[in-house]
Amino acid sequence: MNTKVNIAGVELKNPVMTASGTFGSGMEFSEFTDLNKLGAVVTKGVANVPWEGNPTPRIAETYGGMLNAIGLQNPGIELFVKRDLPFLEKYDTKVVVNVCGHSENDYIEVVERLADEKVDLLEINISCPNVKEGGIAFGQNEKSVESITAAIKKVAKQPVIMKLSPNVTDITVMAKAAEAGGADAISLINTLTGMKIDVERQRFALANKTGGMSGPAVKPVAVRMVYQASNAVKIPVIGMGGISCAEDAIEFILAGATAVSVGTANFINPSVTSDIVDGIEDYMERHNVEDINSLIGLVK
Amino acid sequence: MIEKYQEVCSIIRQEEIGTDIYSMWLSTENIAKVAVPGQFVSVYSNDGSRILPRPISICEVKDDKTAIKIVYRVVGKGTDEFCKLKSGAKLRILGPIGNGYTLRKEKALLVAGGIGVPPMVELAKQLKALGVEDIAAVVGYRDELFLKETLEKYCKVYVATEDGSCGTKGNVIDAIKQEGLECKVIYSCGPMPMLKAISAYAEEKGIEAQISLEERMACGIGACLGCITKTKKKDSHSNVNNARICVDGPVFDSKEVDFS
Repeated sequence: MNTKVNIAGVELKNPVMTASGTFGSGMEFSEFTDLNKLGAVVTKGVANVPWEGNPTPRIAETYGGMLNAIGLQNPGIELFVKRDLPFLEKYDTKVVVNVCGHSENDYIEVVERLADEKVDLLEINISCPNVKEGGIAFGQNEKSVESITAAIKKVAKQPVIMKLSPNVTDITVMAKAAEAGGADAISLINTLTGMKIDVERQRFALANKTGGMSGPAVKPVAVRMVYQASNAVKIPVIGMGGISCAEDAIEFILAGATAVSVGTANFINPSVTSDIVDGIEDYMERHNVEDINSLIGLVK
Repeated sequence: MIEKYQEVCSIIRQEEIGTDIYSMWLSTENIAKVAVPGQFVSVYSNDGSRILPRPISICEVKDDKTAIKIVYRVVGKGTDEFCKLKSGAKLRILGPIGNGYTLRKEKALLVAGGIGVPPMVELAKQLKALGVEDIAAVVGYRDELFLKETLEKYCKVYVATEDGSCGTKGNVIDAIKQEGLECKVIYSCGPMPMLKAISAYAEEKGIEAQISLEERMACGIGACLGCITKTKKKDSHSNVNNARICVDGPVFDSKEVDFS
């Protein structure tokens, strides 16, 4: 049975990755799940300098999902390189570093800093709904998606995944723009912008008022967008949005994803990622699937 | 790193000990063995529409270390689900989480408000077991009392109620002043305004105060950065002035917390 998939020349032992921001750098989860079993660990977004993030409350539960407005709090690239990358190096898994920034230069600084580090892939976050400058502002305009992708590609030593926002009118336009800018792969979806009001207290549930919605409730939106995007571009698509079990992962692969990321489900069960890896193998056995690649985009 | 376990626990028994306040004993394989006062557990809903765990403090650990007691207030649908569960029902729990209190062999004052009272029970028990002779507790309630008699097994208990129906009329600081209570260390848990007042009081008296904070959480294991508190000094993990309440706390030295 072959579970290996290939993203821009990087071979993953299986298609299961973690979604940025839900898994730290894997340290906290290594108590509950074997990182060696994962196709890749995608780290929480890191910027050129430390970011404080948003005020609290940063978290609110919604029906079958949640909102977050962390605001990309991160320790900055220097501490990340010194502490987090050596931790991940101990494991037999691929390392994907998610990069965030307020400006094009911020992104470039981080990408250049990582040039000689043991990093397999870069994921560029142009889709965070919780920061005022940067983030989603880059991801909602096709011209800026293409130009920032091209600018990053010019300096990146590792293949580049552009992480796209679902908060757009037509996802295929942004997918094509990333491809035109030279992206090696795209990942989607980041969170959907949402809001919750506490009706008893008559105030916003989040200090930031709006937050990014994730969890099982968003999965149908994500599957639809992965299907549309993978049919619009030739580069591989990494699918995510509400994946909580192996069948959810298979659903994204059938829709056109080459690999998948597990996000909010890590909060529901910290050992879920290794359960999903096992579940995919069980599914392949049940359906007599020799090679996982034969499932990619199978449902047309 | 503090050992944490994910277990499916059986409910031994549950009772309502006040209006919307429930006391639940859960049998555990490992959590009770390693839990210390001031730690909490993540309790997961059996209903898939409520995805996030509810952080609930550990009130007591059974002497033979086979069970824990949690005491919680019904504040929403998740806790409403828990309160309806009968003996024998199962709940998925992760814990124990957090650092817990640092027990000192010094004259102790336990100060708690509302649903901050439960962790004081195991704390008082363990302080007494450590040989601390002078332990007192000041507990504040809106009106209705709970766990007062349980606490009285381990220490002298003073009460403050907002409506004056029992003990000092006012808050816990009013009670401390009215009773002329003194100590070397304050251990506290309760609402943020109370903790802020305790911190100011401890600073004024030049004594140590260990305060237990709470915040909306998602993962409960230190990864999501949802439950942070502002800190006066740069935190070594975050590299900014934020500490994670779930794993760096929930108990902080009051001098570390930035209340502004």
